[in-house]
Amino acid sequence: MMDALLDGGLALSLPFLAWLVLHTEALSQAVVLFVAMGLMSALAWARLEAPDIALVEAAVGTGLTGALLMHTLSWTEETAPETLTRATRWVWDILAATALTGVLGWAVLALPTDSQGLGPEVAARLADSGVEHPVTAVLLNFRGYDTLLEIAVLLVAALGARAVNPRTDRPKLETEHDPLTGELFRMMTPAVLLLAGYLVWVGAHGPGGAFQAGAILAGGGVVAILTTRMGTPRMSSRRVRWALLTGPLLFIGVAVAPLFSGGRLLEFPPRLAGTLIFVVELALTVTITLVLLMFFPGARPPKVEPEGAP
Amino acid sequence: MTVLNVISALFLLAGAGFCLAGTVGVLRFPDIYCRLHALTKVDNLGLGLVVVGLSLEAGSWATALKLFLVWFLVLISSAFTCQLIARAALRRGVGAWGGSRES
Repeated sequence: MMDALLDGGLALSLPFLAWLVLHTEALSQAVVLFVAMGLMSALAWARLEAPDIALVEAAVGTGLTGALLMHTLSWTEETAPETLTRATRWVWDILAATALTGVLGWAVLALPTDSQGLGPEVAARLADSGVEHPVTAVLLNFRGYDTLLEIAVLLVAALGARAVNPRTDRPKLETEHDPLTGELFRMMTPAVLLLAGYLVWVGAHGPGGAFQAGAILAGGGVVAILTTRMGTPRMSSRRVRWALLTGPLLFIGVAVAPLFSGGRLLEFPPRLAGTLIFVVELALTVTITLVLLMFFPGARPPKVEPEGAP
Repeated sequence: MTVLNVISALFLLAGAGFCLAGTVGVLRFPDIYCRLHALTKVDNLGLGLVVVGLSLEAGSWATALKLFLVWFLVLISSAFTCQLIARAALRRGVGAWGGSRES
């Protein structure tokens, strides 16, 4: 009974919050609503018994994205946009929404009901993977090439983010001698490090792993950028480049190594699999932390005067 | 239903009541400083009561300790953010509520 109430509340509040985010005129309100929606969807993932996704949603989807949006918001001189005339559009809105709901419903109903997917097969071979958590086993052993390619995509994304972000000097903080922010950072850092380390370690037998740990560390990094004189990591720095490449290089090395001893690509020897996966996850954590941190711009972009302005 | 269940339920309900009061305060109080007061003070107490209620049901010391750790971290972060937000508002010249409904 309580479960049904909770699930029903979540199921109703999510589309409602999504609608509010899209329809709110004031940007700051939309950002706050977006963060609220992220937290609710993290709860929904947890209720769907997908704690791995719930962790990522809470850390990346809500925490980091929320921080990015808030930071961007501080650059804008917010004025409420002029209200669009929505005289006749609602008919099309309803038609489009009905059509989309119909297609989605049909897709869900057309799924075979008795299929269990690949779950039992993963469970049967879990002992060979070197870890005890099926998600980690799939991500880093059974379908390791997916994760390998994902890391490459993340590197490209970091390059793109750097290309867009403004190239400015390190921000001069007015809070340089601020005891409060410094103290907060000092108190939070050990907890953040401990939590990230725990998440990497626990990935072998429970929800956790490189992505979750990287997201937590990147969150700590964002706090550092905002409250200390750290500044965003720069692509021109050799150390930053090597740190970015730690995960991919090590992963590629581990993936290619079996080829020299007659094995196949990404084929981990079962006895070493657990150790290899842990090392790869540690290296991936470094890369993911830095990639996520590179998305965060440290300074306000230079103002562009509109053309024709005096 | 044991005595422990009842005590736990009482703590949970009390915590929920404080959280509700805090939320009403955020929505109804007149200025940012009053709202911060409602949010950080009442919500922290509400969360603490919920944590006490949940740890009675937790069944193990480790779980109860984790719950209290969560409360402790929330206390730290909300104390700091409250100060930071209030000071940012002060620097931007947001005045405090004078006491009359019209202002």
